[in-house]
Amino acid sequence: MRHILSILLENEAGALSRVVGLFSARGYNIDSLTVSTTEDPTLSRMTIVTHGSDDVIEQITKQLNKLIEVVKVIDLNESEHIERELMLIKVRATGKDREEMKRMADIFRGRIIDVTEKTYTIELTGTSDKLNAFIEAVDRAVILETVRTGASGIGRGERILKI
Amino acid sequence: MQISGAEIVVRSLQEEGVEFVFGYPGGAVLEIYDAIFKQSAFKHVLVRHEQAAVHAADAYSRSSDKVGVALVTSGPGATNAITGIATAYLDSIPMVIITGQVPTPAIGLDAFQEVDTVGISRPCVKHNFLVKDIAELASTIKKAFYVAKTGRPGPVLVDVPKDVQQALAEFHYPDSVSVRSYVPVTRGHPGQIKKAVNLLLEAKRPYVYVGGGAVLGGASDEVRELVRSLGLPCTNTLMGLGAFPGDDRLNLGMLGMHGTYEANMAMQNCDVLIAIGARFDDRVISVPSKFTAVPKKIVHIDVDPSSIAKRVKVDVPIVGDVKLVLREMLDLLKQTPQRIDADALASWWKQIDDWRAPNSLKYTFSDELIKPQYVVETLYEVTGGKAIITSDVGQHQMWAAQYYKFAEPKQWLNSGGLGTMGVGLPYAMGAQLANPNAQVACITGEASIQMNIQELSTCRQYHIPVKIVNLNNRYLGMVRQWQEIFYGNRYSESYMDALPDFVKLAEAYGHVGFKVEKPSDVEGVLREAFSAKLKERLVFLDFLTDQSENVYPMVGNGKGLDEMDLPAHMRDNGGNAGERDYGNLS
Ligand SMILES: Cc1cc2nc3c(=O)[nH]c(=O)nc-3n(C[C@H](O)[C@H](O)[C@H](O)COP(=O)(O)OP(=O)(O)OC[C@H]3O[C@@H](n4cnc5c(N)ncnc54)[C@H](O)[C@@H]3O)c2cc1C
Ligand SMILES: Cc1ncc(C[n+]2csc(CCOP(=O)(O)OP(=O)(O)O)c2C)c(N)n1
Ligand SMILES: [Mg+2]
Repeated sequence: MRHILSILLENEAGALSRVVGLFSARGYNIDSLTVSTTEDPTLSRMTIVTHGSDDVIEQITKQLNKLIEVVKVIDLNESEHIERELMLIKVRATGKDREEMKRMADIFRGRIIDVTEKTYTIELTGTSDKLNAFIEAVDRAVILETVRTGASGIGRGERILKI
Repeated sequence: MQISGAEIVVRSLQEEGVEFVFGYPGGAVLEIYDAIFKQSAFKHVLVRHEQAAVHAADAYSRSSDKVGVALVTSGPGATNAITGIATAYLDSIPMVIITGQVPTPAIGLDAFQEVDTVGISRPCVKHNFLVKDIAELASTIKKAFYVAKTGRPGPVLVDVPKDVQQALAEFHYPDSVSVRSYVPVTRGHPGQIKKAVNLLLEAKRPYVYVGGGAVLGGASDEVRELVRSLGLPCTNTLMGLGAFPGDDRLNLGMLGMHGTYEANMAMQNCDVLIAIGARFDDRVISVPSKFTAVPKKIVHIDVDPSSIAKRVKVDVPIVGDVKLVLREMLDLLKQTPQRIDADALASWWKQIDDWRAPNSLKYTFSDELIKPQYVVETLYEVTGGKAIITSDVGQHQMWAAQYYKFAEPKQWLNSGGLGTMGVGLPYAMGAQLANPNAQVACITGEASIQMNIQELSTCRQYHIPVKIVNLNNRYLGMVRQWQEIFYGNRYSESYMDALPDFVKLAEAYGHVGFKVEKPSDVEGVLREAFSAKLKERLVFLDFLTDQSENVYPMVGNGKGLDEMDLPAHMRDNGGNAGERDYGNLS
């Protein structure tokens, strides 16, 4: 099953490679990974989307916690959470496609952030599923390039990941 | 007063009460060696290969309550150390490795003797640090010792660039450190402990499975009290040997791939299993699904949550330090009026004694060929069972584990997890330095000993009087055994040809050597080696042993614990070892 892990770790050189090294050394999957510092500059927050059986996810969580620089790990799937990913997608926008792409962007609540005679660049946020759906919905032939951040996640309401 | 980074390293080690540093100099640590030259608080032991420095420091930890320290240079010094570090890592041994690094401005420029030491060692250390700022040097060393010895112990590496060694700063060694992201659990959860005690008291076929964690956690007294107070059957893993005395009737011996018949049958058939600092390794329980085929309730005490439910699901996980958890269990046992079912336990023991009766470790003594088992048994007698024994990796390691009945923890040093050939001699060095009054013997094979034979020179320099018991079968015996059983007697590259004359070799290094070819000489030579006359000398005993001997019992690949290959006298129909062909045995 797909799980979203939120990890708070020391903002130190090498911490990221320890996490990534752990996943490859132990054969765990990384579907996406995002990381950046938090309001506290000594801490980074990472979101890893992974998949595996419950046993595997349990081991991943335990192994992550074992890393000295990892402060806290939560599996967002354990309760209600919000997930967002950002995608920039450049599409061919000529002829009748131009109107069609504008319409599609609107339907998905995307924004066109760069326009040339032949292209649009659309900014889209949402769950990873929604971004996938957008890609599915447009004609593959018009997609020139896509870049995605990978999902970031946060617990709903009072569920807070902090030290 | 400001002192150099190199002096800070030395002063920090002194603050930690370090007695020995095992190391080898080179360009990137010359500053530190210069600071060592000017001090006398600790001794430096100059090994002959960096791998041996790390093994010796590791053995120093294994055979004492202290943290061993190794010091090596950048580049090849660091890469040579890696095998030693990985060996310590897989057996959870606390130690600190200090490596020199090229100056910080040169890092990343493929400088002379530059390797990414922190990157290379990352997967085989508990933690590592690259110190880029002298202001953090002392506190980093403090952290390294703290992280190495707390929680699940392990090796910690500190990489110190040359310019940091040369820079100047005030020296303050912190009294304590706290790392907010590292807070090892010590006390077990009281509710879980209660559940464990209840489960144990309800057991009909209880079994106590004691691992290396009991040795590392110094919980041998508690293990003994638990097992003896209830009269429980127990077993030790290879790493747990000595945590419960090997000659006690309650001990069924080692379990696992080369465990005794009774230890493995009890493991398979118990109904409540108390796992104490043991990690359900594949060499112990073999295939998990076969192991759980007989339903059992499992209590698992381990300081590392990731050891629990890794290979086998457990019913009562207890995360905590073995010693503290067992103390609480013992207190609870004293308070509860409930008693274990004595009748059930008696019939369980009856069953175990039936398994034990044929003696799965029985071997046939020979007047002509020296049986390796006989050498270990005789060594046990000659040393009164009190020697510190180190071993290398192979058949001799298993015979050492099976036939030397370890009475105390930390008396047995071997590489279980990584299975590193070549540890034996440096382990003996580290153990002898940590225990100057102990008798130390290294049980090795003619192949393994050659992997760090150069340390005979170190032993000469520092007068380290260990006794080397070479069970010389002219084979990579353990490899040959597998080739015999699983590869149709095709002994591919497992014959040890062109062996040196070990006696002359020992003599060339300034030691004493004996070659032993007859069973009738075994005892006499061992007695001589351990006599007062040779007390101060390293003695190399080269026993030419029976080449065809195999280690039994054996749980073959993919087999369950109750599907052991047994020694000849317990086999109904010759098992898989009927007609044997030893190829180029000579
Ligand atoms: C040729 C060869 C053959 C082998 N055959 C066998 C065999 O037949 N039988 C056998 O048993 N092994 C055998 N081994 C060894 C095997 O590979 C493993 O190394 C060994 O079984 C692991 O021992 P252990 O389970 O006691 O764990 P260890 O590796 O000793 O691990 C200790 C555990 O205790 C925990 N721990 C540490 N400190 C504490 C503490 N203070 N409190 C609580 N928990 C703590 C750790 O987290 C860890 O989970 C063989 C090895 C070789 C090389
Ligand atoms: C460094 C290393 N290389 C290879 C092996 C694989 N291996 C395990 S046992 C063994 C043979 C050991 O031979 P020897 O030391 O003579 O011991 P014996 O089995 O004959 O008692 C080998 C090659 C290993 N464990 N370690
Ligand atoms: Mg051999």
